[in-house]
Amino acid sequence: MKRIVRTSKVRNFHQARWNEPIIFELSKKGERGVLIPKAEAEISAAVGDGLSRLPDALRRKAPLNLPEINQKRVLMHYLRLSQENMGGNLNIEIGQGTCTVKYNPSVNEAIANNPKMTELHPLQDQSTAQGILEVMYQSDLMLREISGMDCFTFQPGGGSQAAMTMASIVRMYHRINGEETRRDEIITTIFSHPSDAAAPALKGYKIIKIMPDENGLPDYDAFQAAISERTAAFVVANPEDTGLFNPKVRQFTKLVHDAGGLNCYDQANANGLLGIARARDAGFDMCYFNLHKSFGTPHGCGGPGCDAVGVTQSLRDFLPKPLVGYDGEKYFLDNNLKYSIGKVKSFHGTPQVVLRAYAWMMSLGAAGLYEVAKVAALNNVYLNTKLLAHPAITLPYGTKTQRIEQARYTIAKLTEDTGFTSEDIARRVMDFGMHIWSSHHPFYIPSPLTLEPTETPSKEDLDEYIETLHHIFDEAYDNPEIIRTAPNNSTTHQTDESSLDDPAQWCPTWRVYLQNAK
Amino acid sequence: MNRIKVGLIVNPIAGMGGKVGLKGTDGVKILAEAMKRGAAPNASALVRQALEELIPLRDQLLFLTVAETMGETLCRSMGFEFQVVHRPHNVGWETTSQDTRIAASEMAKENPAVILFAGGDGTARDLYEALGQGPLVLGIPTGVKIHSPVYANTPHQAGQLARDFLAQGNLSTKLEEVIDLDEEALRQGKVYTSLYGYLRVPYKREYLQNKKAPTPLSDKEAQGAIALYLIDHMEKDIIYVIGPGTTTQAILDGLGEAGTLVGVDVVCNGELIRKDCGERELLEVVAPGKTRLVLTPTGGQGFLLGRGNQQISPEILKMVGKENIIVLATEDKLIKQYGRPLLIFTGDEKTDLALKGYYRVITGYGSSMMVPVSVG
Repeated sequence: MKRIVRTSKVRNFHQARWNEPIIFELSKKGERGVLIPKAEAEISAAVGDGLSRLPDALRRKAPLNLPEINQKRVLMHYLRLSQENMGGNLNIEIGQGTCTVKYNPSVNEAIANNPKMTELHPLQDQSTAQGILEVMYQSDLMLREISGMDCFTFQPGGGSQAAMTMASIVRMYHRINGEETRRDEIITTIFSHPSDAAAPALKGYKIIKIMPDENGLPDYDAFQAAISERTAAFVVANPEDTGLFNPKVRQFTKLVHDAGGLNCYDQANANGLLGIARARDAGFDMCYFNLHKSFGTPHGCGGPGCDAVGVTQSLRDFLPKPLVGYDGEKYFLDNNLKYSIGKVKSFHGTPQVVLRAYAWMMSLGAAGLYEVAKVAALNNVYLNTKLLAHPAITLPYGTKTQRIEQARYTIAKLTEDTGFTSEDIARRVMDFGMHIWSSHHPFYIPSPLTLEPTETPSKEDLDEYIETLHHIFDEAYDNPEIIRTAPNNSTTHQTDESSLDDPAQWCPTWRVYLQNAK
Repeated sequence: MNRIKVGLIVNPIAGMGGKVGLKGTDGVKILAEAMKRGAAPNASALVRQALEELIPLRDQLLFLTVAETMGETLCRSMGFEFQVVHRPHNVGWETTSQDTRIAASEMAKENPAVILFAGGDGTARDLYEALGQGPLVLGIPTGVKIHSPVYANTPHQAGQLARDFLAQGNLSTKLEEVIDLDEEALRQGKVYTSLYGYLRVPYKREYLQNKKAPTPLSDKEAQGAIALYLIDHMEKDIIYVIGPGTTTQAILDGLGEAGTLVGVDVVCNGELIRKDCGERELLEVVAPGKTRLVLTPTGGQGFLLGRGNQQISPEILKMVGKENIIVLATEDKLIKQYGRPLLIFTGDEKTDLALKGYYRVITGYGSSMMVPVSVG
């Protein structure tokens, strides 16, 4: 009898494959999931046929094109699809570096799905929504403590929208000061998120990017050479996606202030800094946190995103309207913002996500948040130390400087020896039920791997992850064929990716598919 | 004591075409044209820079070399012990690629530790044809076109790499590509690179030239955006000297003008006023304070000046001034430098030092990157 070896942590995984058609292809004319009984005469007499009262303009001229399929087949269809993807909470998500994918406590889902929350309507009277307003107000106060800022908005629906909010505030600030035309340049770094450059570019700014110096930190001399009377703002992440924290960041922000510009902090990588370093102390005028990263709420695909943008008091009036205020008795929506950039999202953003983040912060307390940061960094150091025991993987810019909560590694040695790149390794990792996200843009470091353990995996999870990666590195040398053909145990084998940058081949909806088929 | 045998083949005419606006110095006719345009041989001085690095090892080395200008003269003047393995039929300037091939074959019979060869892509091709992947070789860059990563970045670095290799003896080696352009197509403005084979070279990443890759399709859009930005911001009555490269060529495409892909063109008020200029023609149009020089680093290698644009001479650069140099490059090209600075090597140290420093390289419409430029 074949025995399963338990001494190795490397799994003998195989993903389910159902060869499942898309739901429109399952449709069979006349097949029904629910047969709705005919209304009783008494009811029909009272409400009519249910349609004729609708204004003509709201009524469909042709029936909606939906697949016709029975209940059991619908359920089977979606269960099968759920087995054909990697799914949240199903695997060890360390490979999604830069994303801060951590376990989000399920109890907070129960709170956010409580009808007291889900039945709220943004247009109902403020006096009847005091609970959620209090949650938003208190969350604002907690983020002030964490960042040193003076006021937060929760309106942005994600990181890029937060970057856009910051760029809009910068622009409005210089407009009010009569310098909008002259100050047309924004400086950022190449290891900051691409949206930190893209959002200001959309606002019409010229973008200047700073490359790293020999230590992997933003090149100070280059930065100095870029600063001028045209500088509107500096937008930067710290730590950057390398996991390296720039200890000289105050020198950078001071240069910007001396030149009359503003400092904007992308705190997407805040998970290792909670309770340790504050944006304001580093000389920033504003910052943003992704609640779906560091603050224990699901990422976009698991629920709507939400970002918090915080500013110092002098920029409070530029924030999107409304803010949540408290007059000592009741909470209220504050629209009295003199230079407000307006709205960046309808109503008040995504309060359910704020509620999850609030529950997460309240359950931990100040000491707990500090511990989150410490354990996230500790896990990263553990991963770092054990992973680097294999000669195939190294840490660019050396191991002397400790990374904070993530690290961008390189397998350039393995690439040189075997020809395999990090993309090949990412394909093979799927054979063990794991996932490496290729979020290493720009590919400044050759054959990059960006890993971020966060505080939530156990030591067993970390060990399994490390052992699996080492196993794959060994395979690259000893059994190259298995890497070349990977993924072998996944639902889909190697695909032709050439269509990814060819819009003519894209087919985002069924309707587009039918059009293309013509 | 047995001396370590080192081959040395110098292509004495390499690089002569570049300074007078020709795309190479391959073939007798082109050489004659280069000489008519006033080209003077410079290869020997560059090879000397490389050999100076080997002076500490002088007592341990025996050079196997070729008569007169192809190596002998240099070895003699620098006090290296040498042995001539081939005497070309025509000496002086008029040696041929046939001489390079014969010399390489003769040297190989002596089992040298490494064969140093000085020239351009054409010379590398000759080496490959004679040797295949047999003996270890290393290129000293002196030619006009250098796409083949068998060459070190600079003559100095070729010398350093050879010295490290000969002194330590344990450097790794790797096969590198021999790439050359179709020279006839080049003179018509088309970059057709071909892979001719591989040569084995000693390897230390920081010393060898990157392979110059033809621009990938995805870069085309970026080049278009860069060109549009520059065109939109061109100043009236200013002379724009446009250096070679697909990125700079996009400006002429954007203006609806037929420029020279691997030559230097001149634009003023949106019109092409001079095409495919050599140094002399450029000196006629360049005016201090009224000229902008538009450059792009050559693919993969990161050379801003000194590779394929020798007609932009130190004299011209002095007149233009650092503040009037506009550098263009796609973000992808800069990122593939992996932190290495862009390089200049005009052959004039003073000019090179005056031009080094940070440049705001235009990478798209309204976007730029701060990039260090140092002396190659």
